[in-house]
Amino acid sequence: MLYSILCYESEALAAGRTKREDDAMIGRLRGVLQKLKAEGKLGPVARLMPTTTATHIRSGKESSAVFDGPFAETKEQLLGFYVIDCPTLEEAIAAARLLGRERSHGTLEIRPVATFNPLGTPAEGGLPAGHSEAGPSK
Amino acid sequence: MTDMAWITGALTAARPQVLGALLRYFRVLDAAEDAFQEACLRALKTWPVKGPPRDPAAWLIFVGRNFALDEVRRRAKQTELPAEEELVIDHEDPQEELAERLDASHYRDDILRLLFVCCHPELPTSQQIAVALRIVSGLTVKEIARAFLVSESAMEQRITRAKARITAAEVPFDTPGAPERAERLAAVSTMIYLIFNEGYSASGGNAHVRVSLCEEAIRLNRLLLRLFPGESEIMGLLALLLLQHARATARLDPESNIVLLEDQDRGLWDRELIAEGLALVEKAIRHHRIGSYQVQAAIAAVHAQSATAADTDWAEIDRLYEILETLQPSPVVTLNRAVAVSKLRGPAEALKMIEPLAPKLSGYFYYYGLKGALLTQLGQTDDARANYNKAISLANTAAEAAHIRLHLDRLQKDSETG
Repeated sequence: MLYSILCYESEALAAGRTKREDDAMIGRLRGVLQKLKAEGKLGPVARLMPTTTATHIRSGKESSAVFDGPFAETKEQLLGFYVIDCPTLEEAIAAARLLGRERSHGTLEIRPVATFNPLGTPAEGGLPAGHSEAGPSK
Repeated sequence: MTDMAWITGALTAARPQVLGALLRYFRVLDAAEDAFQEACLRALKTWPVKGPPRDPAAWLIFVGRNFALDEVRRRAKQTELPAEEELVIDHEDPQEELAERLDASHYRDDILRLLFVCCHPELPTSQQIAVALRIVSGLTVKEIARAFLVSESAMEQRITRAKARITAAEVPFDTPGAPERAERLAAVSTMIYLIFNEGYSASGGNAHVRVSLCEEAIRLNRLLLRLFPGESEIMGLLALLLLQHARATARLDPESNIVLLEDQDRGLWDRELIAEGLALVEKAIRHHRIGSYQVQAAIAAVHAQSATAADTDWAEIDRLYEILETLQPSPVVTLNRAVAVSKLRGPAEALKMIEPLAPKLSGYFYYYGLKGALLTQLGQTDDARANYNKAISLANTAAEAAHIRLHLDRLQKDSETG
């Protein structure tokens, strides 16, 4: 099962961290990530730019309107995420605990990644490589 | 997990919102500052024991307000206060919820007002910056004095005087209408820009203190943009500051000599800051509400995207400066445009452009620096030397003077060998 670990924290607090503090935290996280990678559990990781760079589009019929983020009343913002591959939630929690221990503050949310393949899986011919072999019979 | 570093970080982050709310309650800056101070002391005592509150800002506003109200009652010698109880607040206190809800609606305007009172037009810019750093950022007088290279007592006096003026000026406390809000935003943007420039332009004094002024300006700008996420000029300003600050380490060599843009090691530029700056420029431009910060950020973006100095798209920079000249006509803007013109159409053309600026820029270091450089390129060595000497006499810092002296030395060497 793929699990995402979403990192929430107050952006005002995160922005107050000095470069040195931030570098130190990244250094500590590196150790955990290397461990997860060696175990073959680590998927993509991302740090998101501050919410002030965000653009929002409302879903629905009149979805043409574009809004600027963030929303001041939100206390904690999504600052980044990890994707890990673990057989059980227990293991995902253990991995998140390791990461959480190296972060100074904030919340980690573990959310299983759902299957989402509107374009079809590569094996079904979504990619050009598979097209000739698995193409519809004439 | 509630270590002291986290608590001080949380107190600093909450400061503008809490102080802004307390200023709205008490209308007097000193009273608001005292109440904030007291709330912080209680936080330092309570949080390590009970853990941090869910919303530090709401907690501090609530405690600060109660403290000040108690003070008022005590002074008014009204009914006796309940026993000397320590103001203990349960973190799930319904009153805290109430305070939080009350404040959320005023949140933006409280902070904007707090920033705005610091840039009252009657205050000279240096005082605006000092007061903002003291009140909004919470820097100590000692830290500010070091940044301005004055004694602590002189800075103390300056801030006290400025605060007295602010109190006398009486900023209205009603929720501002759209025009007032726009006016406040513009004034506050200028102040943030000035704080940044104070850190950026002068390389004299303590380099570390200077960098922290730039970082503080960026922090305040981020705060302002979080409050007003749709303001394209606030986006433009943040983009500008980030793109400029990205070059901070490349701007001075190990001996603290100025390194010009074209000679900088671009590998030292902070790519993360540049990426964020570029994202903000792009986002701001989508609003189709052009402004001078956005144009300046766009100019900085052209430099940030050039792999080498030779790759610089000077035609684009010239075009952007032309827009800036119409938005914000100023001899300094024309002077900067002349640099682009010299790259595109040669030094003679640029010289023609800046000569009429002489009466307005007769006290401006960069004017004579550029004129000296253009004359050097044209081979008019004696005139170049005279202009460089004039520049040295106008230099604000030792690094500026040293930089020009380097050009003079080069001139000397060339004339000896040539």
